[in-house]
Amino acid sequence: MSANTWTIAAARDALRKGEITAVDLTMSCLTAIDAGDGLNAFVHKTPEIALEQARAADARIAGGDAPAMCGIPLGIKDLFCTKGVPSQAASNILKGFKPEYESTVTSKLFEAGSVMLGKLNMDEFAMGSSNETSAYGNAVNPWQRKGSNVQLTPGGSSGGSAAAVAADLCLAATGTDTGGSIRQPAAFTGIVGIKPTYGRVSRWGVVAFASSLDQAGPMTKTVRDAAIMLQAMAGHDPKDSTSADIPVPDFEAALTGDIRGRVIGIPREYRMDGMPAEIEALWAKGVEMMRDAGATVRDISLPHTKYALPAYYVIAPAEASSNLARYDGVRYGHRAKLAAGDGITEMYEKTRAEGFGPEVQRRIMVGTYVLSAGFYDAYYNRARKVRALIKRDFDLAFADGIDAILTPATPSAAFGLGEMSDADPIQMYLNDVFTVTVNLAGLPGIAVPVGLDAQGLPLGLQLIGRPWDEASLLNHAHVLESRAGFVAKAEKWW
Amino acid sequence: MAIDIDTARKVAKLARIRVEEGDLPALAGKLSGILGFMEQLNEVDVTGVEPMTSVTPMRLKRRADVVTDGDIQAQVLKNAPDAREGFFAVPKVVE
Repeated sequence: MSANTWTIAAARDALRKGEITAVDLTMSCLTAIDAGDGLNAFVHKTPEIALEQARAADARIAGGDAPAMCGIPLGIKDLFCTKGVPSQAASNILKGFKPEYESTVTSKLFEAGSVMLGKLNMDEFAMGSSNETSAYGNAVNPWQRKGSNVQLTPGGSSGGSAAAVAADLCLAATGTDTGGSIRQPAAFTGIVGIKPTYGRVSRWGVVAFASSLDQAGPMTKTVRDAAIMLQAMAGHDPKDSTSADIPVPDFEAALTGDIRGRVIGIPREYRMDGMPAEIEALWAKGVEMMRDAGATVRDISLPHTKYALPAYYVIAPAEASSNLARYDGVRYGHRAKLAAGDGITEMYEKTRAEGFGPEVQRRIMVGTYVLSAGFYDAYYNRARKVRALIKRDFDLAFADGIDAILTPATPSAAFGLGEMSDADPIQMYLNDVFTVTVNLAGLPGIAVPVGLDAQGLPLGLQLIGRPWDEASLLNHAHVLESRAGFVAKAEKWW
Repeated sequence: MAIDIDTARKVAKLARIRVEEGDLPALAGKLSGILGFMEQLNEVDVTGVEPMTSVTPMRLKRRADVVTDGDIQAQVLKNAPDAREGFFAVPKVVE
């Protein structure tokens, strides 16, 4: 098998044994990337940087100094600021923006010796669930329905990351997750994606969407790879005051495969009306797998689940309207051409109308409205109170002895690009119904591929863990992964 | 709560996003739909619940109030659409 198809763990071991060089490994990914343009996953390729980093990694490995991520070729979501490399959050308002600084996450990955292959497609400012709001155009799912060549969404917002990993254009990728943007695309493409506990990974240098919900994490081919890569991304950062100054445990060492006696909660509120039978069956299969592995399965109640989406769609746009106020055509990015007599207000208004796409504009305006005088209490404060209740539901479950919670990752398999274009925005928001609670409560959550639907598309389950306990969460996910034995790959058409 | 055209115009103005007059009815419709969805929050009894301010109960770190960097004017201005003589340039603000 060509090296671009390897896992991080396999590549790490081969690099250390001298069975392959980081340069050869990187070349095999660069070749796959050039052959994968039809997926529109990589939107800024950085082969020169990649080869320079790979040569440096080879020198480190030769010197016996090889951290786990040394020489591993990665794709980086366009939301991460990368020094001297276009970083435009898939928005026209940041067209041409080349940061003068490096995000903490990419700095840490580079310090560990990782190789950056390029920047990955995403929904504009991470606002979307299908990668269809991107200024670069749609990213395309490598998976297709049996006997069909209809192009499907890889999910969003980290759609380019998911497509790139699933199609073996890179060994792994960074993603970010505000309401499900790592876990939903991971589930749609048959890969693993973990959103860590809020504060586990620094947000510094990641273009902000909703600061109280945003969290970066790895998107990988296996749970072990997620453990290895998260290790390199996590940790306290003085530049992010919300990053937690607590020790990061050895995540890979936690993958014992033993979950005997652990208590898995099955929340009854996640059994939605009209849920496809296949999702229901997959969930039941997951429950059986956990039980077979020696865990105790218990029904639990998270009574405020139903209110998570409406609370999210108040809080996230409110924070976005504030965060995105910085795009004013003054300091960076796009500035509209002005007509004679236009003043600064016209400059702001025209710049933002031209630079932001329709979904981003809509969310900024919703946020502006819910924060405006007279509505702040009715919408924003009420949503923050409901958020406290959603978190309390989880706190009570964990206090009651639950170790992890098992749910579906998405309400459906990947849908066709353009299929939702006439739908109400709310229909698209429903994609996040199982994932959004986790962001509101600041918890770690992971999507694991478990099976294929009747049309041959991947389906995933989600495990939710206790705060700061990604180690156990990864171990639970590792058990689910081994029992599910998901090995299917998308058939190459691109 | 339904958003009328006047409210949509006002919100666009507050958000500093130009919306053409002809696009306001469609915008008002979309915003009304989204806000209608949020009305569900009114079903929740939130009596005595404090609005969440931080998802993890942690005290924000403090640091000494000292200058930690500087002398990077060129870097700061590097991405500006219009920078002149070491400043960001904008249309005339004060007559």
